[in-house]
Amino acid sequence: MTTVAPVATPPPARPASVLAGRATLLRRRELPVGIALLVVLVGTSISNHRFLSSQGRTDLMLAAAITGMVAIGETFVLLMRKVDLSVGSTLGLAAYAAGTAIKDGGDGQLLKAFVVGIAVGLCVGLFNGLLIALLDLPALVVTLGTLYVVAGIQAKIVGGERITADHLPADFISFGVDRFLGVPKLMWIVIAIGIVASLYLRHAHSGRDLYAVGSNPPAAALVGIPVRTRTIVAYLVSGGCAGAAGVLFVARLGGVDANAGGGYELAVIAACVVGGVNIFGGSGTVVGALLGAMLLRTIGFSLSALSIPEFWQQAVNGALLLVAISADRVVTIRRDRAERTRHR
Amino acid sequence: MRTQLTRFAAAGLAVAMLAACGSDDKKAASTTAAPTTAAAAPTTTAAATPTTAGGDTATTAGATEGSGGAAPAGDLKTGLTIAVIPKAINNAYFDAAFVGAQKACEELQATCEQVGPTEATGAAQTEFINTEIQKGVDAIVISAADADSVTPSLQQAKAAGIAVVTYDADVNDTSARLAMIKPTTPDLIATSQVKWISDAIGPEGGEIAILSAAATAENQNAWIDLMKKDLAANYPKLKLVDTVYGDDDAATSADKAAALLQAHPDLKGIISPTTVGVAATAKYISGSEYKGKVQVTGLGLPSEMKSYLKDGTVKTVGLWDPGMLGYLGIYAAVNAVSGNDLSAGFAADGKTYTPDADGIVIVGPPAEFTADNVDQYAF
Amino acid sequence: MRLLRHFQWDKFVPVLAAATLFIGSFQHEKFLTTGNMTFLIQSIGEILLIAFSMTFLIVAGEIDLSVSSIAALSSCALGYTWQHTGNIPVSVFVALLVGTICGAINGLLVTRLGLQSLAVTIGTLALYRGLCYVLLGDDRLKPFPTSFTSLNYKGLLGTWVPYVVVLLVVFGVAFGITLHSTRLGRWVFSIGQSKDAARFVGIPVRRVVLGLFVSNGFMAGLAGVVYTIRFASARPDGAVGMELEVIAAALFAGVSIFGGVGTLWAVTGAVFFFGAIRSLLRLNDFTANELTIVTGSMLLLSVMIPAIGGRINTYRASRAPTVAESAGVQIRPHTDPQPANP
Repeated sequence: MTTVAPVATPPPARPASVLAGRATLLRRRELPVGIALLVVLVGTSISNHRFLSSQGRTDLMLAAAITGMVAIGETFVLLMRKVDLSVGSTLGLAAYAAGTAIKDGGDGQLLKAFVVGIAVGLCVGLFNGLLIALLDLPALVVTLGTLYVVAGIQAKIVGGERITADHLPADFISFGVDRFLGVPKLMWIVIAIGIVASLYLRHAHSGRDLYAVGSNPPAAALVGIPVRTRTIVAYLVSGGCAGAAGVLFVARLGGVDANAGGGYELAVIAACVVGGVNIFGGSGTVVGALLGAMLLRTIGFSLSALSIPEFWQQAVNGALLLVAISADRVVTIRRDRAERTRHR
Repeated sequence: MRTQLTRFAAAGLAVAMLAACGSDDKKAASTTAAPTTAAAAPTTTAAATPTTAGGDTATTAGATEGSGGAAPAGDLKTGLTIAVIPKAINNAYFDAAFVGAQKACEELQATCEQVGPTEATGAAQTEFINTEIQKGVDAIVISAADADSVTPSLQQAKAAGIAVVTYDADVNDTSARLAMIKPTTPDLIATSQVKWISDAIGPEGGEIAILSAAATAENQNAWIDLMKKDLAANYPKLKLVDTVYGDDDAATSADKAAALLQAHPDLKGIISPTTVGVAATAKYISGSEYKGKVQVTGLGLPSEMKSYLKDGTVKTVGLWDPGMLGYLGIYAAVNAVSGNDLSAGFAADGKTYTPDADGIVIVGPPAEFTADNVDQYAF
Repeated sequence: MRLLRHFQWDKFVPVLAAATLFIGSFQHEKFLTTGNMTFLIQSIGEILLIAFSMTFLIVAGEIDLSVSSIAALSSCALGYTWQHTGNIPVSVFVALLVGTICGAINGLLVTRLGLQSLAVTIGTLALYRGLCYVLLGDDRLKPFPTSFTSLNYKGLLGTWVPYVVVLLVVFGVAFGITLHSTRLGRWVFSIGQSKDAARFVGIPVRRVVLGLFVSNGFMAGLAGVVYTIRFASARPDGAVGMELEVIAAALFAGVSIFGGVGTLWAVTGAVFFFGAIRSLLRLNDFTANELTIVTGSMLLLSVMIPAIGGRINTYRASRAPTVAESAGVQIRPHTDPQPANP
């Protein structure tokens, strides 16, 4: 917890030459993740032709979409050297709220669902952000507390009730599985938000401030970055993304119960870490986080597609997660060492 | 110094508040719940299979006791406190069971409350069992989340003079409980589901798979073993290729269903002997390209399976009335506390129920739900 | 009031635990009985054992999220060995060995590969749990001998005190003395304050951190053995969620998540406090959902209250006249900017 993370070199907005652009691409943090993803996809589909069939791709993308959505928001927080553990519970509560809002109400309520879900997420995010930014409380403690409180509230409100598919509007259910140009609509939403977030982090001043704060918080404050405001915004984004993911969750699964969303936080953090987002802040991208989410879900599915026995799957999953984390770290160390020697 | 004073005061205040509140805060669900499942209870007539067309057992409120000839004559005690401990709370199936329990408590003038953990693990359940032992309840009616790890605390309950009855899911050590209310014979549960999938797939048969709950769930594992025997003996055209575990979690079950179809392209049917699993599987299949090509059946709540029965994803599912489990559990417990020997049988709702040599009471055959009759059921 | 000048949160937490027991005994007549206390001690036994060594890790600036999985794996190893050898002492030894090895793997990944402990232990959490399923699957083990499992409810020398108290006292004292009165303990604090500085001063940081992970693995394995005795079962889905409980207790006790600050008696008090509160609330018919909300709220309050108190403090200090001002000299009050916390 005391090592200083290297400040990420943001890629040049306009490469001096095509060659320089390509070299930067090769050195990007996300490259190992992307390669790993390709390897797993190709390798598994060679062994099992159904893996990348249209249904197989759909299943994969649907599963990755929800994790990815939360990972986008979590990236904002991780970049600032903070963490948000409450995203899983927020997802569940938002899912239930959105489901309740559109239940038995007929078609055409898609927007309403998103508004309600994101609003719930923003509330939780605001709560977290205010406590952490204004009172300077440690993020781990606060979001752990919020995790419990929101989960308990959700379970208490929902009880044994379930929102089931026959109470949800038909167009909402079909939105959960429909495809557009071969890619599930849910995934398009995640991609769209991901692009917006990515551009914001790269090109907006306030976006790049997040990297600065994560690299060296006291320095960032001294330079005049409004750290408190940025923190609150980051948690709002994290909460909002979790809320939106909750809506995606209801759409995909066609129902919510009291335990929805439990356990997502670890999967999301793992996705971010694997995707190159430094847990101590200062570097990483939304693209990396999304690739990480995709990779973890792909590994999960491919274990089944390769007919690895059920009882081995979790162990293999854990081992691969470790490999992914180690690989990312090794690559980063090598790259930093190379850069340091280059600049000498 | 101000800081320290604030800390001290605030913490002390917190403890005092926590201590002060809750003294009369009985969260006990009182016995006034209306029996909503009464009208929908499947009949307990002999032959299992054809759809029990909305058979109304006339569950008269305030059922007469000891009306059967063989029922023991001992008077039943009133004013007892009974704890109903499901595998986990926040579960519609167990809530439905508790409605039945409350009805029984109302008839018997007992107080019952449902307490349980949020995760269905033996360790979490034990905490609640211990609390009830501490509170000195007269009886515990429990669905064991884990067939072994709640046994030590149940033995302690027994040693403390508390009557222990299990419902829905049993413990392995039968000496830890006085009776087990089984919804229907495991044999019938298993063979019914196999028959439903076979009927749905058709005479040409094919590959099938099972999507269960937790790998350590005693009831599901028992049914799966019986299904394998039934398949081997009676269904040469059906081949069981895989068994996966969805842990009674909707998202996990959906993912496992998707994975099954990835791993077995020729799969023709999936049996899911758990309400969460069958609902998630049906949802997945109905929204995928496999709808109509891959059949789904299992144990499902009518309310959750309605839309999938109607859209043709599922032809038949079945279950039993969970309310009867709670209802009979309470009757068995009260009889036990009143000193009646359960092995001689006990009366409830105008019928006599006699446990077998292992203390198991069977409620009756499972009910089948199809698109035609699903609307009649309220749970 | 002079007493309050010396008030410290970490000394207060055990007092808080004791106060809860005291007040609880009046609030509910079944609370402070030997039976309930037995349950209480049994329910926090495993958590406390892990908390002893986890405190060291957190003070050193690391964390281990895989403890539940290590406990489960040790428990499964115990069951597996029992199944195949029929020898309990050997099985217990194997269980402890498995726990130690798991801890060593964690430690090596952190010290040799330089990986961050949070990320690594998320991975090993999944790996070790998965190995439980590989080992046992859904196999039914033969029952443990009653001589083994009766340890749970027999009590010490015929009294009501559960046997696990012996373990708690022995290890608690050992860890406590090590952390607060030995050179190793001071090293741990130094590493938590600044790894680089500690290295420069000559502390063998890598070895110490590795040792901490190994001991954490051992304690998790021991917790797994205690768990197996308590529930008379060894299953792959056992021992879930302990890491969150341990961390919540440590955070409540004022152990800083960044390292360098913390006391063992406060952590012990915090574990007791949470256990006592839960027991008391359950006796008062709080549902499991409500207990979850209470746990979360207490965590939040435990950091909010001191922070708000500190804010009030700073505000008052900034408004109070300084000595110079009272003497008539104009000086503007100066407050340092607060560093942003992760």
